[in-house]
Amino acid sequence: MARASKRTNTAAAPRALPQLKKAPSGIAGFDEITGGGVPAGRPTIVCGGPGCGKTMFAMEFLIRGATEFGEPGVLMTFEETSEEMSRNVESLGFNLPSLLDQKKLFLDYVRIEPSEIQETGEYDLEGLFVRLQHAVESVGAKRVVLDTMEAIFSGFANVGMLRAEIRRLFRWLKDRGLTTVITAERGEGTLTRYGLEEYVSDCVVSLDHRVNDQISTRRMRIVKYRGSSHGTDEYPFLIDAKGFSVSPLSSIRLDHKVSKDRISSGIKDLDVMLEGRGFFTGSSILVSGTSGSGKSTLAAHFANETCRSGKRVLFIAFEESSAQVTRNMRSVGINLDQYIKKGLLHFRAWRPTQHGLEMHLLRVHDLVNEFKPQVVIVDPITNLVSANLNEVHAMLMRLLDFLKDRHITAMFTTLTANRGAEEQTEVGISSLTDTWILLRDLELNGERNRCLYVLKSRGMAHSNQIREFVLSRTGVRLLPAYVGAGTVYTGSARVAQEARERAEALREQQQLEEKRKEFSAKRNLLESQIAALRSELSSDEAAVARLTRQRNERQHRVALDREEMGKIRGVTPANQVVNS
Amino acid sequence: MRTSKVKAKPPKAPVSGKLTNDTLELRLYVAGQTPKSLIALRNLKKICEEHLQGRYRLHVIDLVKTPQLAQDDQILAIPTLVRNLPQPIRKIIGDLSDTQRVLVGLDVRSQPK
Repeated sequence: MARASKRTNTAAAPRALPQLKKAPSGIAGFDEITGGGVPAGRPTIVCGGPGCGKTMFAMEFLIRGATEFGEPGVLMTFEETSEEMSRNVESLGFNLPSLLDQKKLFLDYVRIEPSEIQETGEYDLEGLFVRLQHAVESVGAKRVVLDTMEAIFSGFANVGMLRAEIRRLFRWLKDRGLTTVITAERGEGTLTRYGLEEYVSDCVVSLDHRVNDQISTRRMRIVKYRGSSHGTDEYPFLIDAKGFSVSPLSSIRLDHKVSKDRISSGIKDLDVMLEGRGFFTGSSILVSGTSGSGKSTLAAHFANETCRSGKRVLFIAFEESSAQVTRNMRSVGINLDQYIKKGLLHFRAWRPTQHGLEMHLLRVHDLVNEFKPQVVIVDPITNLVSANLNEVHAMLMRLLDFLKDRHITAMFTTLTANRGAEEQTEVGISSLTDTWILLRDLELNGERNRCLYVLKSRGMAHSNQIREFVLSRTGVRLLPAYVGAGTVYTGSARVAQEARERAEALREQQQLEEKRKEFSAKRNLLESQIAALRSELSSDEAAVARLTRQRNERQHRVALDREEMGKIRGVTPANQVVNS
Repeated sequence: MRTSKVKAKPPKAPVSGKLTNDTLELRLYVAGQTPKSLIALRNLKKICEEHLQGRYRLHVIDLVKTPQLAQDDQILAIPTLVRNLPQPIRKIIGDLSDTQRVLVGLDVRSQPK
């Protein structure tokens, strides 16, 4: 389908696949779901209850066709006069009278006044055909809108004739290759009150307007689209100052580009817990915690740091006004005002109850498209939770998809309701996010201390520690991790524990000192013993030397004595027998 | 209603009658020479002659020739007989085969012959 949607702007280009030719409606999102728009040269029925936006859909199809796709159109309205119609579309920024003057549009208001009409005998609706033909010819129309043509059922009694004529009309429109949108009221249990869908079998779009908890949501469904694949879900849509827009529930594929780049969280110690480099850009970060656990402060840090590095941040606040957030953040040393003035930080605050989820989503879409931020912060998403969790889930999934697709880093904060269930976010979006930072309060010894924990962070070796953090005048500060044995201590318990540890250390130090003294005494003793032994050894050595010398002297003397004896006995040294 | 837009019409010659204050100004809208139209015209002429002697003026308007009049005069069904005068406007659609209904529709009492 995504491939087909690329075709939208080049509908005229020849395609290898024999595909149904489509006429782009120009309605944001609609051409995406239908893979190009409504069937070209064929009638399409748009049905729905009163006030669901049928006429708006038809008008936008017609006007965009005339202004953007070069296809003049004919509007045949059965309910509203030309002036009323002009006023209706004026609010969307369309100038109907000028289009009529330029002969891009032709408007024919068909007034049916049953009280004026008396029937006698047979008739047909040739007049309608004459008018339509005249209208089409006078502007060279390619598109036709019949706005609630069922009104003719109220004007004429001969239903059999009417049905035959309607059938003939659709045939007539098809034969002339006119891309037609017919609006029809929803009937009881049927798509249209008079069963028009019987005659138009090409494309049927159903619009719906429902109210849940006082918040209305408009939805669209393609009931039928002959010869074409189409999205079958119910798609929420909006009618706002920019016209009709349909938001596809989620992108069809999960193929966002990923990045290895990192973006700092603005808190050095937190970055350290995330491999020392912070979050991945384009990832989604969930910060959850109980009330007062510092979620907004964390978000403000992130905003501050991102702006400091010259990137743009869109901050959507659902709880506090812009002024309140900036004032509060000043108390922890974060000055967001400067970035708002520089235009780097875009602050938007509105009440979650202000409008339905779709409107929220669309507003975020619009803001993102307009402001092009690198980071979007929503604080907190919890407030969006209305009766239907599934809807919130779907909406957040779409929001995340949308942001990821644009490679925008998203940070959502969420309030966890009660203690014990922290590891389960209310909205259940934890599985959708890449990084989940959990803030929790530890109540101990009559005080409440804040702790931070990176529950998960896809694609990085994040720290597994629970770190205590404090909100100081200079911002969030993570206290050094307590790496001792036993439980994690926070607050005064931590101080007490540290004192205990200091005392312990001191005692050990003293013990060591004593041991050292003991040892040195022993050493002295041993060393004196060694000296004594060494002197004993040396005196022994001296004795041995003396004895050796005495022996040598004695031998020498013996030799001398022998020589003396030989001389006396007349023996020459040559024949002297030496036997020693 | 746009009763003043008579100017664009190529009226056929009035079929009959001199004008008085309660003269009926009638227009019969047709689209080409279809059987229904021909029947309607025949029926209308008969009714006029029998019941409205001298009190009417009739134009037959062929929308195939002047299609813009269909929009101007809000014509949808063919054939349509319009009583433009006296006000208010009355429309009678169909082949005018039921004389009594036509007379009721035109809001004229039938005159004895």
